Amino acid sequence: MLGLARGLLSGAIVSGTPLLYATLAELISERAGIVNLGLEGVMLVGAVVGFVTCVATGSATLAVAAAALAGALFNMIFAFLVISRRANPLATGLALMFCGVGLSALLGAPYVGSQISGLPEIPVPVLTDLPLVGPALFAHDALVYLAAPVATLLWWVLFFTRWGLSLRAVGENPVAAFAAGRSPHRLQYQALVVAGILGGLAGAHLSVGVAKAWAEWMTAGRGFIAVALVIFSKWHPLRAIAGALLFGGAISLQLQMQALGVPISAFLLDMLPYVLSLVVLAVWGGARRHAAPASLGRVFRGTE
Amino acid sequence: MTAPPESATLGIAWRARLTSIATPAGLALVMFAGVLLAFGKNPIKAYVDIFGSTLGSAYGFSETLVKMTPLVLTAVAVAIPAKIWLINVGGEGQLYIGAIFATWGALTFGHLPAWLLLPLMVALGFLGGGLWGLVAGLLRARGWVSETISTLLMNYVAILSLNYVVFGPWKDPEGVNYPQTAEFAPSAILPVLGQSRVHLGLALGLLAVGLFAFFASRTRWGLEMRAIGGNADAARRNGLPVGRYVIGLMFIGGGLAGLAGMCEVSAIQGRLRPSLSPGYGYTGFLISWMASGHPLGILGAAFLLAVVTAGGDILQMTQAIPGSVVNILMAVILFVILGRRPGER
Repeated sequence: MLGLARGLLSGAIVSGTPLLYATLAELISERAGIVNLGLEGVMLVGAVVGFVTCVATGSATLAVAAAALAGALFNMIFAFLVISRRANPLATGLALMFCGVGLSALLGAPYVGSQISGLPEIPVPVLTDLPLVGPALFAHDALVYLAAPVATLLWWVLFFTRWGLSLRAVGENPVAAFAAGRSPHRLQYQALVVAGILGGLAGAHLSVGVAKAWAEWMTAGRGFIAVALVIFSKWHPLRAIAGALLFGGAISLQLQMQALGVPISAFLLDMLPYVLSLVVLAVWGGARRHAAPASLGRVFRGTE
Repeated sequence: MTAPPESATLGIAWRARLTSIATPAGLALVMFAGVLLAFGKNPIKAYVDIFGSTLGSAYGFSETLVKMTPLVLTAVAVAIPAKIWLINVGGEGQLYIGAIFATWGALTFGHLPAWLLLPLMVALGFLGGGLWGLVAGLLRARGWVSETISTLLMNYVAILSLNYVVFGPWKDPEGVNYPQTAEFAPSAILPVLGQSRVHLGLALGLLAVGLFAFFASRTRWGLEMRAIGGNADAARRNGLPVGRYVIGLMFIGGGLAGLAGMCEVSAIQGRLRPSLSPGYGYTGFLISWMASGHPLGILGAAFLLAVVTAGGDILQMTQAIPGSVVNILMAVILFVILGRRPGER
């Protein structure tokens, strides 16, 4: 029983990390007023670029940096179409997802089955030796340790800096923000660059950190779960940490159950995160709509 | 910033509609060639493979029609709810659930004659996909969950459901260790045209397009759908049952995608197995978007993307390129269309 709890906690943290990066990516986009369903594609591009870089250079640090850069660049396709060409964000996001699926498959095909050592575990001295929770909490890779601080940083930036205030103003009312001397388009581009970096990191953690392998469409809908998590967290970076842990727990529950030999089909357990997302949305989606950025989904059209 | 080009409005002549599909498709082909070049593949050989294998022979053409069948159905499944601006991205999941329902019919009532069993399977496939769409419709009508995100999430649940039944309770006991059901009785197989694999599902798809065109333009329901699509608030104040339309259209849309699943499992596979669809539901979404939901445009775009899909299979064999690479081509086509048209919100 103790082993199960420890495995579950450790698994929730490991599986929750890419979810948290992805949720923060979606969160900053939506705070700027743009729903990005293409996050799934951004994550895939980040995952494959990170993995290929890791195979080619052997450096996990380089791999993570390359994934972040690739995610940001790839997200610029979305930014250009939605911000500059005023394309429908939902359809553009889905097209970006398809593009990411195809591009990552093409780029990753020669690397299926390649072996990497990936992101090294960095046990925190002393703390790892704590009884019960030590190994579950303090024997992870760098991206895991960085996830919660990044969320906190994003919270600080969004709520305590001038840039964050402007960004949120654009998400709430771009016309008013424009009248107050801000440039909605520039701020939205900046938000989508940050979102692309975070989405790339999410993908990199999946391929270079957790799986240490590349497989086609390995994100398996985590980009869409992140969209649900943003609503669950009321567009707030700190609540996103709790949400990501909960969903990471749902994902790791399946592995733990299998390890214990519980006679429930793995496929049914795999449904859990998706069903949980739907339930969370159904219970909180309607009630929390007031917390959403007011102009979400409407793209600023300049002063016409 | 430059002014956006004139919007491609509704009611445009069908010839102009076809041009509006062909031009971005051409531009996208050039851009995709660039991507292939960048990855060290020969784009000219790729296109020769794609078009030669699909349009170059009677057999290739018939195989393109085979691929076109589920695409027409999943595209109409998107186009119908889109009439009132509902975004159904759940065609893939609805297709899977339709296939599961139809399979249940085929395995349970295999002893029935074809004239009884096939209509039953069609009804079951429609019902399965329809119920899957209905859930998303209900969640949306209550104002709880956007149908875009719920249909996307439910796709994964549907695919896992199929895996569950073929790896678990419905696994063929004589199938050694393959995750698949027992083979269907001959009476559960849709009739085909001559020696080809073109099956009755194509007629069902064309019928769906025809009925969609008729209902959208010639009936009170079509008028009310246009009213809701134009301004949902105004329609609600005028007493139109907007919620009922949301639920009903998601059911019908889901049902048509479920029908596509029934056709695939009956006519193409002959049994239920995991590799049911290479993403027909998602491709149908793109088709409906390319055609702006116009019935004739759907047929044209479905044919074009059937060529791309069938070509993807060929590329996988001749050029050792993963089949999902055609997703890039589809996405680029959509990028070009989206970038040209001002937002429609």
